[in-house]
Amino acid sequence: MKMIKPALDGVRIADFSWAWAGPYATMLLAVMGAEVIKIESNQRLDHVRLRALGFGVFRGADRSPFFNDLNLNKLSVTLNLTQPEAVELAKRIVSISDIVVQNMRPGVMDRLGLGYEELKKVKPDIVYLSSSACGATGPERGYIGYAPTFAALGGADHLTGYPDAAPQPMAGSIDLRSAATSAFAILAALCYRQRTGEGQHIDLSSQETISVLLGEAIMDYTMNQRNQTRKGNRDQAMAPHNCYRCRGGKWVTIAIATEDEWQAFCSAIGAPDWTKDPRFSDAYARHRNQDELDKRVEEWTINQTPYQAMRILQKVGVAAFPSLDSQGLSSDRHLKERGMFTEVEHPVMGRRVVIAPHWKFSHTPASSCRHAPLLGEHNEYVFGELLGMRLDEITEFEERGIIY
Amino acid sequence: MPAKALQGVRVVELAQLVAGPYCAKLLADLGAEVVKIEEPLAGDEARRRGPFLNDVPHPERSGLFLYLNTNKLGVTLNIKTETGREIFKQLVNWADILIEDKPPGVMQELGLDYENLRAINPRLIMTSITPFGQTGPYRDYKAYHLNVFHAGGEPCIMHQGSAIHRGSASTDLAPVKGPGYMGDYDSGLSAATATLAAFYARGATGSGQHIDVSKQETAIALDRLENVIYPNRKKTETQALIRASAQGRGMVGGLMRCKDGYVMIAAMQDSQWRGLVELMGSPEWTKDDKFKDELSRVLHSREATSRVQQWVRDKTMEEVFRGGQEKGVPLGKVNSPQDLVHSPQLRSRGFFVEIEHPETGKIEYPAAPYKLSKTPWAVARPAPLLGEHNEEIYCRLLSYARQDLALMRENGVI
Repeated sequence: MKMIKPALDGVRIADFSWAWAGPYATMLLAVMGAEVIKIESNQRLDHVRLRALGFGVFRGADRSPFFNDLNLNKLSVTLNLTQPEAVELAKRIVSISDIVVQNMRPGVMDRLGLGYEELKKVKPDIVYLSSSACGATGPERGYIGYAPTFAALGGADHLTGYPDAAPQPMAGSIDLRSAATSAFAILAALCYRQRTGEGQHIDLSSQETISVLLGEAIMDYTMNQRNQTRKGNRDQAMAPHNCYRCRGGKWVTIAIATEDEWQAFCSAIGAPDWTKDPRFSDAYARHRNQDELDKRVEEWTINQTPYQAMRILQKVGVAAFPSLDSQGLSSDRHLKERGMFTEVEHPVMGRRVVIAPHWKFSHTPASSCRHAPLLGEHNEYVFGELLGMRLDEITEFEERGIIY
Repeated sequence: MPAKALQGVRVVELAQLVAGPYCAKLLADLGAEVVKIEEPLAGDEARRRGPFLNDVPHPERSGLFLYLNTNKLGVTLNIKTETGREIFKQLVNWADILIEDKPPGVMQELGLDYENLRAINPRLIMTSITPFGQTGPYRDYKAYHLNVFHAGGEPCIMHQGSAIHRGSASTDLAPVKGPGYMGDYDSGLSAATATLAAFYARGATGSGQHIDVSKQETAIALDRLENVIYPNRKKTETQALIRASAQGRGMVGGLMRCKDGYVMIAAMQDSQWRGLVELMGSPEWTKDDKFKDELSRVLHSREATSRVQQWVRDKTMEEVFRGGQEKGVPLGKVNSPQDLVHSPQLRSRGFFVEIEHPETGKIEYPAAPYKLSKTPWAVARPAPLLGEHNEEIYCRLLSYARQDLALMRENGVI
């Protein structure tokens, strides 16, 4: 039996990132087996250790559930990067790393002496990703933001929500989308390095990571000068295509693409008279009359639970699925069988449920097995074992506020 | 010519619509050689979805298809025929990576599941993208983009958040999905990431593998913080989160209506708050002790937010956005597609590239959100016409004679 190793076994990352987008990018890589060393400091804490937009303030640096969810499997060292000696230590970590990730405002890392050009001298084949709100070039390069502002700037909010109402803001997930893009770009550069021995710099714009996910809406404008807007849950061609109210204030989505599906739907709900109404006689008519159609569909769903509606319709090949919230997800039997929720033991917060890796690799399993690091938890391992410093040296640096 | 990050990486794509094709596009745009397999005559379903150039439906003029298939070679192949399967196996033998999106079990019925393909090419990385994954009670369920997006939790999160974000959709209305096909794009990106990790691992071990990507799980992972709140609800830290959220505590800001649209403000930290105060011309109310530090602003965020909204109401998006950013306030304006296309920032970064296509002429496409210094993103060719590269792939790569090609066409193989 071969030893099972994760895909990124042996890859080391010096992670200078904070907030959500940077840390989640490196966590994705950590989940696939990379050793991620988070370089942080008491002097300037990752604010996710302290607070969360819309959720208030936490009671201590090691008591943030959100930090835990975004930093699983990582190691933490503390370095006060305003001190030149701390910068030197950071460079030593970089010298034994494959990848650097940072998401400070463009220019900040350069001023700290930790920009790409500087670190290339220490590690010529380093892959260095800089992630920022709007990118490292252009008139808005200095602009700052968080997930809610990238969602707005990238174009997602304008296209989300009901047509006659305000946009529905997207929030946290937008940072994680930016992060997912960073992880992909890093891996592309890492694959290139594997084959050529060459590193490089990657300049990533969070705003743009969202805009590329809206390709066809942008193309509609460049092709037809049509400025699309939000359309609730509706589709440009399909109907029924909506989220319907069920028993007990819950919701089910139903989407019908073909005539066969429509016929199957009608008989599955007992072929009530309205299904023979000429206003619903073909796909075109159904789409044109979908306000009326949706009311009729809801007359059926309102007497079902979402799962009942799902089972009845899936049985006949109609796409129906509940709109799930956190409670619904965590009690769903499919997700249980797929092992989508797992637990980590956090030394301060106790056992916590976290999301398991969302890919299943047949040969190089990914895992979310270790709690997010306590602040500075791995100073001894990294400075001692990896960099070969003596314990008294480490203590001295701590006393002088370098390792801090 | 500059090098490409994934030069020489060979990919076969057996997928349609958004997720699988986007996965392969991400690789193709960085230099991978992608052969896209489409069903003879019908082609990719995306060819029948708009937007179409000038709103005239045409299989070669769908903006969705054109965008998602840049840099690929296109062949037609009917894998339901024996010959078709034979050719497919030859392509798999040539490839490093196979991306497919057939419902679970279909590849097995065709004798083209991972175990069989691995016997042909042990170095193959096979990535399967489906709504609910290859295993579990829902594996055979049908789901379109709408269903999958709602299966991941985000619409309910936004729905619950609506009560906090004043002025947006009422909770009487159903939860809404994200924009366009976003969830499917997310899955394509997630699949491409896992695929490259497996490709990297293969460089070290020489062994390929199978990757099971569930679109639902991709969506769940993107909302991983909110999605674990319920199972952790009894934990002290999570109880505090739930309480704070219910009380609408948190940031000063949110979505705000301006004279000509909306802006999103997210000012948390002291310096950001000071910037916002300055932007508003330091009104009296901001001097109240209630707003003196972050903690007290969190407690009074509703009041502060409604005061800021009053100030924003008669301003333009531009003045709030530019003015605020100059003072270090994290805020964004709600950009429409038109705003994006005219954005000086995106223009200056070369985010739009003009691509010439035989059926549409020149059109601007969005490019990539990353700039790789040594191996730039580039478009070498537009999306393929249906079957455009049959001869190139079948004759030149797999050494079929041109007469074979004609015969296969007549027999519905290609």
